[in-house]
Amino acid sequence: MKSIGSIASETTADLATAAQRSVPDRWLLPGLGILLGAVILASLGIGAVPISPGQVLSILLAPLGIDLPWTFTDREAAVLFHIRAPRVAAGLLTGASLALGGVLMQALFRNPLAEPALIGVSSGAAMAAAALTVLGPLFLSQLGIPVTYLLPIVAFLGGWAVTAIVVRIAHCWGRIRVDHLLLAGIAMNAMAGAAIGVLMLIANDAQLREVAFWSFGSLGRADWTIIPILLVLTLPIFLFAKRYAPWFNALLLGEGEAALLGVPVEGLKRASILLTCIAIGGAVAFTGLIGFVGLVVPHVIRLISGPDHRRLVPASALLGAALLPLADLLSRTVAAPIELPIGLVTALLGAPFFLYLLLREQRREGT
Amino acid sequence: MRSLMWMMAIAVSGLFVFQAAAEEPRVASLGGAVTETIWALGAGDRVVAVDASSTYPAEAANVPHVGYYRMISAEGVLSVNPDVVLASDEAGPPQALEQLTRAGVRIERITSSHSITGCLARIRAVGLALNRAEEGEALARKVESELASIPAPTNPAVRVLFVFARGPGALNVAGTGTAADEIIRLAGAQNAVTEYAGYRPLTAEAAVQAAPDVILLTQSSMDGLGGADAIWHAPGLKETPAGEHARAVAMDDLLLLGFGPRLPQAIRELQALLYP
Repeated sequence: MKSIGSIASETTADLATAAQRSVPDRWLLPGLGILLGAVILASLGIGAVPISPGQVLSILLAPLGIDLPWTFTDREAAVLFHIRAPRVAAGLLTGASLALGGVLMQALFRNPLAEPALIGVSSGAAMAAAALTVLGPLFLSQLGIPVTYLLPIVAFLGGWAVTAIVVRIAHCWGRIRVDHLLLAGIAMNAMAGAAIGVLMLIANDAQLREVAFWSFGSLGRADWTIIPILLVLTLPIFLFAKRYAPWFNALLLGEGEAALLGVPVEGLKRASILLTCIAIGGAVAFTGLIGFVGLVVPHVIRLISGPDHRRLVPASALLGAALLPLADLLSRTVAAPIELPIGLVTALLGAPFFLYLLLREQRREGT
Repeated sequence: MRSLMWMMAIAVSGLFVFQAAAEEPRVASLGGAVTETIWALGAGDRVVAVDASSTYPAEAANVPHVGYYRMISAEGVLSVNPDVVLASDEAGPPQALEQLTRAGVRIERITSSHSITGCLARIRAVGLALNRAEEGEALARKVESELASIPAPTNPAVRVLFVFARGPGALNVAGTGTAADEIIRLAGAQNAVTEYAGYRPLTAEAAVQAAPDVILLTQSSMDGLGGADAIWHAPGLKETPAGEHARAVAMDDLLLLGFGPRLPQAIRELQALLYP
């Protein structure tokens, strides 16, 4: 009698050998690790205030009492510590969250075009943020609560609420119907988009800017206080996806087949949605809507190393973590000292790249 | 003994030189009216960065721009290495200003109030922030006396509809409590809209209901819509008394709505446009 896990693992092994791989497995994770390190160093050094790699090292090691020959000013140290470092850390965690959310949603929907926004968490968060921004001053000013600090909490709850509605609608006869989940998600996204449109009609100039921030995303508001929160929200999805990677492999065969292999399919679906909601809700709450990362990253990894989730999960997390600080680096340098919204950068780069992948796929199928 | 005195003299004069240098801070200005006031106080040469709304004077175009003042990035401002940021109290986001404070930049919030008192308070506040309190006081008094010398129009008040174009299809109308409402009142005219505060999208029926004698636009809105003739394509405007006589006038955005030190000039020019 074989254990459940070993059967799922065998399925996984078949998947892995079936996939055509251009990069040897043992190079994939170290390669992505090196990429991540390079992106972090570059992001810390490059910006409107130039700080050389030597100065970065000097500043980072100075609190430990190590003096390096590269001199720096207090202002450069402040920029590095208070502005750039939290920004890079937030980008890293948000990027990993988005990529992992993409992995789980693509496994859940058994569709490589799925992305975390499908279950309504992003649009729900953005709608709640827009509602608080535009309508909040009407009743909050009496209470003396500053809107700024309430925004992430309300956005998180909004994302959670919309996802809960989507899941409730897709819930029938004790199980979640994935096709209904998709359709309900699309409908709720459309409704949230319309609600944001209505709010923008009655918003003043300052509020419009705030809503634009939520619609296109930015890491510019990151500070150290949000990093532990992001970490706490991102870790569960990573640990869960890594631990149950074989189950997700089995799920690729179909829900019925996975159930026959002993995978608790309903529980897996529920947990996936919940953890995606937590991770993506947190990411959106602090950085706004950042598109295409959740869609493209798992896709790229699958092209490189095949659909085995045991590699897909850590590799996607690493690539997502590297990609978002890189996009942020572009967003704050191409038009410096003005910053572009990071969502624009990821969409401008991600969308054409995705179309290229799609065309390549078609050509391969044609031959 | 003599050489010692010399050395002391040099040291003391050195101190003065050092102090003079310290009194000339590098200034970043966020907000069109703030920038205008800095230049009016003769401190334009200290400005190292302005925001996108700072369109006057022309010299402001020669210093780096750090984006729109409501959406600045902390690092963008820090890249010009300012000692002090003079920021309209509408500047933001608050997180970016917090980051600037943490990086050791002094931030002076300047009132953005759209009124005569706001204009005078702004001039004094900018003077104070730049260690030019006397010049600020003098300029405020000068603006005040100029304002007092503007004669009130004797004609009956015309009804003015202020239209602001965010884009070709996105026309907004100013209600009460807006800068446009205040400047129309100061010019002796009457805002055709009194039903609501703030800006609302233009609808054909509301425009006809307001029955304005004149349509007032900012120059950038007028240009964006395609000139004085093109604005009559907007819904409902053609059917108003202003449309019948094709009366639409435009003024520079910052001059009209900024409530900067050119406020007397703005009122006089608007009067000339509304009461030809």
